[in-house]
Amino acid sequence: MIAFLTQPWSWWFSGSMIALVMFSLLFFGKSFGFSANLRTLCTIAGAGKKVKFFQFDWKTQSWNLVFLVGAVLGGFITNQFLSTDEPVQIAQATIQDLSKLGFEAPKSTQPAELFSIESAFSWKGFLLLSIGGLLVGFGARYAGGCTSGHAISGISDLQIPSIIAVVGFFIGGLIMTFGLFPLIFG
Amino acid sequence: MKFIKFLIVGMIFGIIMTKSEATSWYRIQEMFRFQSFHMYGIIGTAVMIGVIGVALIKKFNVRDFSGEPIQFFPKEKSIMRYLAGGTIFGLGWALTGACPGPMVVNIGYGFLTFGIVFVFALLGTFLYGVVKDKLPH
Repeated sequence: MIAFLTQPWSWWFSGSMIALVMFSLLFFGKSFGFSANLRTLCTIAGAGKKVKFFQFDWKTQSWNLVFLVGAVLGGFITNQFLSTDEPVQIAQATIQDLSKLGFEAPKSTQPAELFSIESAFSWKGFLLLSIGGLLVGFGARYAGGCTSGHAISGISDLQIPSIIAVVGFFIGGLIMTFGLFPLIFG
Repeated sequence: MKFIKFLIVGMIFGIIMTKSEATSWYRIQEMFRFQSFHMYGIIGTAVMIGVIGVALIKKFNVRDFSGEPIQFFPKEKSIMRYLAGGTIFGLGWALTGACPGPMVVNIGYGFLTFGIVFVFALLGTFLYGVVKDKLPH
């Protein structure tokens, strides 16, 4: 059991577990959508005083903030108890493509080239992480949801808007990967 | 106490995200380069079970734990906001390798620099709130 849990999980087990998370939340009378927390946190920070979009009773979303805290704890638990700390086994083709952009083969789950302290606090590194974060936060609210709200919850309910949003996720992702990465990292 | 169940489900979510390696920047790159089935398998499995489960919930009017019927709210019909918002989101997702959930899971795992990404995601959401009425939806 422990051995099974500490190995990287297969796609089918992981996907089934995500569905279980979604159905658990439905059973508890809520719906799975993580990026709503970003709006809630803005409201708690006082954004509602100036901007109408943030004027709502954030307490209706406190369950989701608790979910967020749980997610942080989940990451911590994996690191402490369920990790083998092996590098991610990605495809050879990806390793080759990334090496042309200056990324070494994976040594853990995240590239030091972007997420090490040294890189993140270099000018370029900080700019990339902050612009990336801005785009995710802005885009998620503009699109009315992120991967959990649209790609999982929305498509499970066969919502056309969610399918359009996921098409958008891929348009953006492909522009970044094939159009902008060579300019940024080349 | 009524919140403890959300803490537990959130914890399970965080463990799934890390153990499936969906939190990994490398896995997102592999996905956008169409060089592995892994991420498609994860999302595809979740959606397949999701579609069947949601259909069953609707067909049999399944109720939640407090006896209320489980409801689904159709999202407002539009193309512009989903396509434009989705594209902006996708640009950031590919760059940082993280959507909002995995950002905080990564912080919990110990990749603290995701804190920068998360703070700016909050700022991005704030910015959207400021310019919302000027954007085409």
